[in-house]
Amino acid sequence: MKRTRAQFVTILAAVLVPALTHAGKGEEILQSQCSSCHALSKPEDTSLDRLLNRKGPDLYYAGVKFNKEWLVRWLQAPTRIRPAGVMYRKVVKAGPAGSADVVDESLLPSHMKLSAEDAAAAAEALAALGADSPLVTKGAFKGGAPNVMMASLLFNKLRGCSSCHAAKPGEPPHSGPELYTAGDRLKPDFVAEYIRDPQKFDPHIWMPKLELNDGDIQKLTGYLMTLKQEGGK
Amino acid sequence: MKTLACSLTVLLGALGASVSMAADEPSPQAVKLYDTYCVQCHGVNRDGNGINSATMAVKPRDHTDSKAMGDTPDDLLFKAIKSGGLSVSKSVLMPTWGGVLTDDEIRLLVQYLRFVSKTQSTTNQ
Ligand code: HEC
Ligand code: HEC
Ligand code: HEC
Repeated sequence: MKRTRAQFVTILAAVLVPALTHAGKGEEILQSQCSSCHALSKPEDTSLDRLLNRKGPDLYYAGVKFNKEWLVRWLQAPTRIRPAGVMYRKVVKAGPAGSADVVDESLLPSHMKLSAEDAAAAAEALAALGADSPLVTKGAFKGGAPNVMMASLLFNKLRGCSSCHAAKPGEPPHSGPELYTAGDRLKPDFVAEYIRDPQKFDPHIWMPKLELNDGDIQKLTGYLMTLKQEGGK
Repeated sequence: MKTLACSLTVLLGALGASVSMAADEPSPQAVKLYDTYCVQCHGVNRDGNGINSATMAVKPRDHTDSKAMGDTPDDLLFKAIKSGGLSVSKSVLMPTWGGVLTDDEIRLLVQYLRFVSKTQSTTNQ
């Protein structure tokens, strides 16, 4: 009797434990290795000071922001997304007289790398973070192929997005994240919602809420989704 | 102690804001706002040479230029910041900040621009 119960417990444990650790592994990685720099739940403090002092971008709505496949790849081989860091002002200094400010590269550390296994687990956990966040409405991007010529004109000239964002690699550093991997990295509904109202995500973020109509937002989102570096198409 | 220091700062900030200009010291709140939102284009030295200016088709205004800044009245500076370059017949590359900054914060910035450009407050006549 005693023996059977012990056996049963062992079997139960053998079945349950791997399942638990598998689901929990990514979360465990996030908590132990990432939470010192990234907010994994919505911060109570929404002040400008919090934003100025945070060490990394917020990840509490990662589930509605990132493509999971991109996360798995990037976490193993991170590239720079924000050429002037998470808060540009702390990293830029005056350039030679009469020319643009420059980035002090020594102030930009490289991002930590994860093994393939850990990256997959962390990406899984990130994909679940805020997956039902009210910040992003399903269908915000209505789809459809953009007129790339017209949309890039909007991006580069008419709406002034290119002041702060690079649409192709190799440009001098800007204050905002690069967008030449936007199509690999970001979900279209997030992009549409962010362009419409950046302050919905961070009440004090230094991307302005621009005067854009829904047509602009759809065209710009469609255009950004065509910007990819990985695996082409 | 910390709270005392805090309330002193707030008090000083409020006092600073009520002295209309000719202040020797800029309001720390205005400096913080300018450093967060404006330096990306207008530059660490406030002279239009921000990190973003390298690729911009229209150069951001040099806020240390006493002549040009002196010729621009307060309400136009306010409008340019709140509603963007287009609203004052300037370039769209000067964005609209009304969705991020409150009117009080924008007024603080206008006052700060007077400090940076060493010009006097002027109104449209
Ligand atoms: C020392 C601080 C630090 C730690 C620890 C850290 N990160 Fe980051 N992370 C950053 C910074 C800074 C960036 C911005 C990099 C950039 O934009 O080039 C970033 C960017 C990211 C991004 C892209 C976010 C975006 O909005 O573009 C993801 C995803 C990410 N980190 C995941 C992780 C994960 C998962 C871990 C733990 C395994 C982790 N990070 C640990 C500082 C950190
Ligand atoms: C004054 C600079 C500025 C301008 C102008 C600007 N942005 Fe941004 N943008 C930013 C900053 C800063 C962020 C957020 C950075 C962060 O979270 O670390 C951002 C974030 C974004 C994001 C989310 C990207 C990500 O990886 O998190 C998208 C998409 C975006 N901007 C698109 C646009 C479009 C389209 C326009 C033009 C309509 C535009 N931006 C104009 C500064 C700017
Ligand atoms: C995306 C880049 C960008 C950012 C960020 C930016 N500006 Fe500008 N600003 C410009 C450009 C470009 C001009 C010049 C417009 C022209 O001459 O047609 C300008 C012009 C101005 C002017 C002059 C308007 C006039 O009537 O001549 C003021 C005042 C000004 N900016 C204040 C600010 C303040 C304050 C901030 C921060 C809250 C700010 N700007 C942020 C790009 C920017």
